[in-house]
Amino acid sequence: METLAMHISNGIIDGPVAAVFAAFALAVLTLCVLRGRRDLDDRLAPMAGLVAAFIFAVQMLNFPILTAGVSGHLLGGALAALLVGPWVGALCVAVVLVVQALVFGDGGVAMLGLNVTNMAVLGTAAAYLLIALLLRVLPRTPAGLGVTAFVSALVSVVVAAMGFVLQYWLGGTTDLGGNLAGLAGTMAGVHLLIGVGEGLITATTVVTVAKVRPDLVYALRALKPAAPAPVVPVAGGAR
Amino acid sequence: MSKRPWGFVVGGLLVALLLAGVVSNYASAHPDGLDSSLLRGCTVDAEGEITGGSCPAQRERDHELGDSPLADYGVRGLDNDFLSTGLSGVLGVLLTFAVGGGAFWLLRRRGAAAPDGPNGPNGPNGPNGPNSADGADGAAAPDGPNGADGADGADDPSGRGEATGDRAEAERAATAR
Repeated sequence: METLAMHISNGIIDGPVAAVFAAFALAVLTLCVLRGRRDLDDRLAPMAGLVAAFIFAVQMLNFPILTAGVSGHLLGGALAALLVGPWVGALCVAVVLVVQALVFGDGGVAMLGLNVTNMAVLGTAAAYLLIALLLRVLPRTPAGLGVTAFVSALVSVVVAAMGFVLQYWLGGTTDLGGNLAGLAGTMAGVHLLIGVGEGLITATTVVTVAKVRPDLVYALRALKPAAPAPVVPVAGGAR
Repeated sequence: MSKRPWGFVVGGLLVALLLAGVVSNYASAHPDGLDSSLLRGCTVDAEGEITGGSCPAQRERDHELGDSPLADYGVRGLDNDFLSTGLSGVLGVLLTFAVGGGAFWLLRRRGAAAPDGPNGPNGPNGPNGPNSADGADGAAAPDGPNGADGADGADDPSGRGEATGDRAEAERAATAR
């Protein structure tokens, strides 16, 4: 049986750096709980459960990318941010990562903070910043929403990958002999291609949901088109 | 509140179950972008074990819970690969929905039908009830059972515990009335 390891495994990043990122991830997720509760009502809560379950399912679907012998899979930050907002969205991705680490042996438990930081925090944050920008300037059509989803998803994957490169620079367990740029280049190149897949999946999913139940797409509810408001991801309003 | 989401959620769950339970068997078995980047410079055997060379992944260690019954997205003891992968996917979707959905449900701002909170003795659903629904709670502390006290709910078990505590507290207040 093939082993499916999709996230950072134990021994890749040293303990102290992993611990620092665990603390960082915990702090950000706490903030997400506080802010996310303003968004979480009787409609969003079940939707958020679904988003987490859906991301878990699609993360199992590794797709081949152009580079031979390499696959990619959904990370889900952009999808979650579009459907349930940035705060709850980050929590959705984190739930998936916790379940994978604790039950499916995927992503070291000691590495959980690193994985959460990259995919749940950085990926979702980068995605939502772009979503907030693009949804305000692009037309409110399926094409506009699709382009928003595609671009934000693609960028979020590359940002998450660069989060890992930063972590490896800080605490990688193997001395690369000063060749961190090589790792960064490989990671960026591969994840640019994976990002295309992420973009296609995210756009298809979100456009489909918007067709069936536009009221269930958080980003369409929360972001008013071309408003003169500053582009800041304040879900539910910062008061 | 607008239309309920339950029909959509059930439909979406069925799609997720189909993807994780069946389609997952047709997923690419190649290492993903992270794994392949980390293996660059090393040679690996058919099992994916490093056999030589130098690469960022060479000091990788085993997973703490690598012996869990669902480790590596398979069901331990089930020899049929198709069933093993599919069943682990189905269980994973259900578990993720239960954990995530459960935690989010407990954390949500309660609707008008929710039990009255400790600070809401002035009538069940008054305009300034526990759930004014304008997202102002959390910042303005004194309202309802869902005040700003979810701070240590960052991870699920404690989140759930916290929220359950809230609810119990709310129920005590309701009976005390």
